[in-house]
Amino acid sequence: MAVVPELAYSPAPESTAPVSIRESYGLFYGGEWVAPAGATTFATQNPATEEKLAEIAYAEAVDIDRAVRAARRGYEKYWRKLRPTERAKYVYRIARALTERSREFAILETMDGGKPIRESRDFDVPQASAHFFYHAGWADKLDWAVPGCQRPRALGVVGAIVPWNFPLLIATWKIAPALACGNTIVLKPAETTPLSALLLAQVCAEADLPPGVFNVVTGDGRTGAALAEHPDLDKVTFTGSTEVGKAIRRATAGMGKRLSLELGGKSAFIVYDDAPLDQVVEGIVSAIFFNQGHVCCAGSRLLVQESVADDVVERLRARLATLRHGDPLDKNTDIGAVNSRAQRDKIVELVQSGIDEGAELVQAQWTPPDRGYWYPASFFTNVQPTYRIAREEIFGPVLSVMTFRTPGEAIERANNLPYGLSAGVWTSSGALALYTAQRLAAGVIWCNTFNQFDPSSPFGGYKESGFGREGGLAGLRAYLQT
Amino acid sequence: MPAQTPNGCAMRPAPCRVDAVMLEARASILTKRSFKAAAKRSALELVVACMDLTTLEGKDTPGKVRGLCARGISPAPGVPSVAAICVYPALVPVAVRALAHSSVKVASVATAFPSGLSPLDVKLRETLEAVAAGADEIDMVIDRSAFLAGHYDAVAHEIAATREACAGATLKVILEVGELGSYAAVRRACDLALAAGADFLKTSTGKIGASSTPAVALLMCEAIREHARRTGREVGLKLAGGIRTSKSALGYVSIVHETLGNAWLVPERFRIGASSLLDDVLMQREKDASGNYAGASYVAVA
Repeated sequence: MAVVPELAYSPAPESTAPVSIRESYGLFYGGEWVAPAGATTFATQNPATEEKLAEIAYAEAVDIDRAVRAARRGYEKYWRKLRPTERAKYVYRIARALTERSREFAILETMDGGKPIRESRDFDVPQASAHFFYHAGWADKLDWAVPGCQRPRALGVVGAIVPWNFPLLIATWKIAPALACGNTIVLKPAETTPLSALLLAQVCAEADLPPGVFNVVTGDGRTGAALAEHPDLDKVTFTGSTEVGKAIRRATAGMGKRLSLELGGKSAFIVYDDAPLDQVVEGIVSAIFFNQGHVCCAGSRLLVQESVADDVVERLRARLATLRHGDPLDKNTDIGAVNSRAQRDKIVELVQSGIDEGAELVQAQWTPPDRGYWYPASFFTNVQPTYRIAREEIFGPVLSVMTFRTPGEAIERANNLPYGLSAGVWTSSGALALYTAQRLAAGVIWCNTFNQFDPSSPFGGYKESGFGREGGLAGLRAYLQT
Repeated sequence: MPAQTPNGCAMRPAPCRVDAVMLEARASILTKRSFKAAAKRSALELVVACMDLTTLEGKDTPGKVRGLCARGISPAPGVPSVAAICVYPALVPVAVRALAHSSVKVASVATAFPSGLSPLDVKLRETLEAVAAGADEIDMVIDRSAFLAGHYDAVAHEIAATREACAGATLKVILEVGELGSYAAVRRACDLALAAGADFLKTSTGKIGASSTPAVALLMCEAIREHARRTGREVGLKLAGGIRTSKSALGYVSIVHETLGNAWLVPERFRIGASSLLDDVLMQREKDASGNYAGASYVAVA
């Protein structure tokens, strides 16, 4: 028979032509771009190349104060007076603009954050516009959203602080319900990934959103703290680390502000011996390698029934070799760049602790480029529940594999951490899935799948993974006086 | 005979475990892989080299089959020959003569294709005669009636008997996945055929609406991978039914590439059964070379 060519994908980089990034960005509040009070700026870079993308304004306390005032004016003067049907039109308009410009948003998100274009294109941006569409639909139906409450009202001005792992999407989780419920909002994107929020500001301006309804202030942790502590906010919503979440809760205690926190996790991925093992492996890949493991609800602890543990590890080891690491803008890349040098260093440090404590590291064989921040897909076997890698959030593509003998033991181990964000249960038995799910202390539990999201489905944590829900009816109530 | 438990009850076979959500999610990722420039050109050549160019119609004549054979040997300048020409048993002698001095194999459907609902001895006789007439490969259908009635042993027995009847020829086992009703049933059929000695698993006859899908192809790759892992025997995969565009063919190529590996992307282990796909592949090739889509008039049909 004929000699056939050896199959390989050639590089298929997404063009960056649709994106125009300005050299520098000011702050956006009161419906316009404003220079910050101080002269301080900081650079945002592409973590895959270490190339500087833009110079970003650093907002100090005085800027925060002006932005919050602008949001308050926007609330009093325009947004609270608008009929709900009119409000809905604006939110629909943003949703449509996001959809129309989805390619631009996806490329920008990948350039600024390092995630594969496949994910920003197929997950982040479509989910973000879905959130706007979903909440736009609620804007004039809020009278039916809360049982027993006839006329729920807006809270007022919301301060939102979001992380760098899903910069656009998590911002959207806060902006869409806030606006739909009649609040105005001041958003503080993460220091390493401000660009998609700034593009969203541009989109909102082009959508003729009344001044002060959506505002963006950029900076670092201190900027976020100044926003959270501002006395004229009615609500603070934060997604990020448990440590910062605790600080925000302390700082806002007694100020009369509403607070929702979506924090860290070390979620369990439970595999029973009757599970569909090939799909289990795909589930693991989605649970821990999605977005380089920079996912608060990542399934970072694999609890597998001892009788199938060797089989699962063998399949996972083989699958590791087929993961495609590399240029995040390449359409065939599965695993892109780690978001920042600091995060890469943190992953390296925690992995070393795992090796030192006696776990066995299995790592994808891949040589990263000279520039940029990278970490190969990895998992640890022989992990004991006392090890740091079994208890601390790594926030990288590193999985800890542990075993259990009985459902009782699986549940006990899954719950035995201060976190409780998500969990996965894998079994062919519906009864066992329900039995297990009912006993897990986690905000989201996926059965025979992982990392599935929908705007109508609430998301949030137990224990130190936070409180308050985002998405669905429960998420709406977080932005309403009821 | 069904397996017996000590108390004499027939043991129910263990359920086949497969879950739709992640299966479809993974298949969807793989079908969105991008082939550009040289990669696309060589992947399309691979598709042609692994193609079973097929005509399975009641109106097939010797003339039609001779034309198809000529096209299979030399689809276009610079394009490799296809892997095989697939015809009904009655037309095997025509194809054998037409392909005599080429590398292209003769494949014949058999076992009362497409329904499989004839007495077993008739089906075996049909197989024997196709092989005797010179068929290199036999595409049999499983008995879906027996399968859906739960007579798995009968299905396995029939595959094994056909295997015996076509000694020396390659046996492709058509599962007709669109009639099996669930992924778990497809997986069960795969496992039966793998154990009974199939050389290839094949998705569909192409005679019903629902046939190959990316998720089913992925599932079959997983079954083949597991069989190879357990027994060391590397069984091939043939996709057929509804694959008409280069884009969809390349999606399937990605599924095999990333599930079974490049060792499977050779005509000995991978086939795409198609009648009109070749036209689109040739037009895509032309488009990549010249920048323009050629009209159908510029592709020699047969």
